[in-house]
Amino acid sequence: MSDIENKELKSNAFLVAISAVLLGLLAGAVLMATIGSNPFTGFWYLFRGGLMNIERIGNTLATATNLMLVGLSVAFAFKTGLFNIGASGQMLVGGLCATIVAHNVFLPRPLYLAVLILSGLLGGAIWGVIPGFLKAKFNVHEVVATIMMNWIAYWSVYYFVPAYLKGPSLETESASIAISQTLRSPWLTKIFKGSYMNLGFFVAIASVIIIKFILDKTTLGFELKAVGSNRECAEYAGIKVNKNVILSMMIAGGLAGLAGLSFYTGYSRNMQIGVLPSQGFDGIAVALLGASNPLGVFFSSLFFGVLQSGKGFMNAMTKVPPEIADTIIAVIIYFTATSVMFKRIWEALFKKVSRGKKDKRAKAAAELQSSKEVE
Amino acid sequence: MSHVIEMLNIRKEFPGIVANDDVTLQVKQGEIHAILGENGAGKSTLMSILFGLYHADKGKILVKGKEVSINSPNDANDLGIGMVHQHFQLVHNFTVTENIILGKEGRFFLDRRTASKHIKDLSERYGLNIDPDMKIEDITIGMQQRVEILKMLYRDAEILIFDEPTAVLTPQEIIDLMQIMRNLVDEGKSVILITHKLNEIKDVADRCTIIRRGKLIGVVDVKTTTQAEMASMMVGRPVNFTVDKKPAQPGRVILELYDLEVMNNKKMLGVKGINLSVKSGEIVGIAGVDGNGQTELVEAITGLRAVQGGTIVLDGNDITHASVRKRNEIGLGHIPEDRQKRGLVMESSLFNNIAIKEFYHPPFSKRGILDAGYLEQYAQDVITQFDVRSGEGIYSLAGKLSGGNQQKLIVGREVVSDPELLIAVQPTRGLDVGAIEYIHSQLVAHRDKGHAVLLISFELDEIFNLSDRIAVMYSGEIIDIVKPEETDEGAVGLMMAGVKEKDGIR
Repeated sequence: MSDIENKELKSNAFLVAISAVLLGLLAGAVLMATIGSNPFTGFWYLFRGGLMNIERIGNTLATATNLMLVGLSVAFAFKTGLFNIGASGQMLVGGLCATIVAHNVFLPRPLYLAVLILSGLLGGAIWGVIPGFLKAKFNVHEVVATIMMNWIAYWSVYYFVPAYLKGPSLETESASIAISQTLRSPWLTKIFKGSYMNLGFFVAIASVIIIKFILDKTTLGFELKAVGSNRECAEYAGIKVNKNVILSMMIAGGLAGLAGLSFYTGYSRNMQIGVLPSQGFDGIAVALLGASNPLGVFFSSLFFGVLQSGKGFMNAMTKVPPEIADTIIAVIIYFTATSVMFKRIWEALFKKVSRGKKDKRAKAAAELQSSKEVE
Repeated sequence: MSHVIEMLNIRKEFPGIVANDDVTLQVKQGEIHAILGENGAGKSTLMSILFGLYHADKGKILVKGKEVSINSPNDANDLGIGMVHQHFQLVHNFTVTENIILGKEGRFFLDRRTASKHIKDLSERYGLNIDPDMKIEDITIGMQQRVEILKMLYRDAEILIFDEPTAVLTPQEIIDLMQIMRNLVDEGKSVILITHKLNEIKDVADRCTIIRRGKLIGVVDVKTTTQAEMASMMVGRPVNFTVDKKPAQPGRVILELYDLEVMNNKKMLGVKGINLSVKSGEIVGIAGVDGNGQTELVEAITGLRAVQGGTIVLDGNDITHASVRKRNEIGLGHIPEDRQKRGLVMESSLFNNIAIKEFYHPPFSKRGILDAGYLEQYAQDVITQFDVRSGEGIYSLAGKLSGGNQQKLIVGREVVSDPELLIAVQPTRGLDVGAIEYIHSQLVAHRDKGHAVLLISFELDEIFNLSDRIAVMYSGEIIDIVKPEETDEGAVGLMMAGVKEKDGIR
């Protein structure tokens, strides 16, 4: 009996996330109403824009793919107590490496895909391992180092693309990759009726599973989490803290690199210069809403994917500006960040409910007692 | 004498546990009232209710005869209740004055001078001996605690609660604190002292309320009650104060230190050329006042701090520069000084904590994959064998355990792996007599299995009770090595202050 009651009494990350999402949507509704639009039509078109037909669902999934990988990257680093704010740079480098491979390597499709994926992974991993190394060796804060790495990546792309990957017409973007050299796949394009849906989605799903496995089932995950939650204790137990910091940043970078791969050689087919991909920062939101849990990241990236890809349709069909969708995301993040508040609210509520139940039970028992006495 | 505080029939439940069950506490005006109980008996919960951190499920609180509702520490302060927490709440790079007036700054402009003068007056009146212009980071732990006391006095507290105040103090500082408590009472304040140290209660308290497992056991007059009586009321059975142990049978040398030199955090030699050996089947105790190089010595042996010079040999292996894991594999167990900072991952489950040193090799894991079933079984065995009590068994978070259970968990983890050398640093710090008795018996049992034990403690009782040989450390050196039966606490106490017996008194 007490077991069940204990379970009932607990709030969890899922409830917090749902509360934050609902409040975020509510805030969006209020905003829509204040600019004189009907929130119901607004939301109707927002979600229709993301989910109305198979093509749009494909686009939503393709958008979610990038968010999922970046979210996973941020979440993974966070488990080791590191804040990877450099996913944008890692995406750029991963994407750049993949783009170079896409233009220059011609192999049978399965082998080619393996090389392509590996190039994105490695590019991101290198960009992640440098701040990890600086942190471990010289105690340079990873936030500072990763931001710097973002700009190094940004300007490297700025130089590299026009110099070596220039397209036929434009100076500011790389030549388009032949479709057969991208992550797009004829059968996927067919199923999703010509959307941006590509094999990156499966890379992301596989990453979610692998990362979940690493964190929950392996000695590596055990070490990373120990370092993340108590560095001093990890050190005392004989775990090499510095090795784990470097490793964690390397894996996080690799995941962001995969996001770059799926974004630049799947979702789109070329790289523009002078753009720091905003997905790198949206990933922080995804990780936060997903409570740094791989499964949480999976669902939160799908949700954000719907908002991101539906906002254009909403704007086209109503007078609601697309920024409303971004505002909703922002509000959700605010509420997620104040998750302690939700935890308290839910726990107070649960307590009341269980107390009410107990009272009822006591009352019933008392009544039973008195009826017996009457007999 | 009237009651200044009355807590009547207090009940407080947490999920799965009744922390306070119909507990009544009545404190008279101008007395020192001790609350005695084992760890997890519900002392802290009761005080947290009085201080407004928790709300009682049942019962009422009367301050000076009037029923009150206390919903926050601010309410408690307004009612004249102040608390010295076990962990001080001070800003380290602020001065004493700044810390004390924090939250009570007054209007827009800081008037440090008036505040400083007021603090000085208070300090003199109660014999606290504090310079209001010193920075917190520059004063000793004992002085920091007195700053906490001043903070309450500055806020006109009438009732002062001390939560395990002596846990962090040296013997001399404890004597000073006892005097301060007497001064407070002489000036008309009332003091509630939460502790599980019987000698302190005997020393300073007037009456004592005893709690066991959330229930009120009784209120006794301290003068007419013996320590043994109070202890058995607290634990629920007669308690053995001295450790039963047979004479040591030292065997081969397990740990050997040659001319060991270690730097401290100030980049000066904290350990200045120590030579020491610990044999199997003996407990060597290191006596000394905190801060005389013990921390550096332990960290050097355990691999947490680089060695400047000299050699460390463990069981025939030179481990001077070996990794922590290598040392553990050769046979080193370590009960760290700070169990929350070093010893445990507080937000992780018990079974993860128990496996934290062993997880990487079979049978805990194979080829990098953890064997969750084995981990859980192993943890279950440890917590059963060492009687670690928790709400949800091995799935409880380490941070949810009481201090005594946390320590049992660490002792269990270290002893179960059967290390050749067990280093125990302050192993019973902050624990109650029941837990102390248990942990002492575990250390002796480890010795009797033919292993070496190196004990570092700031409490002379403990050193004398357990050690087969005592090494006295002062200022980074070992002054002398003595046998407990050939000396007494007075002589060792003098050596701890740097006076060698042969030198006589300078």
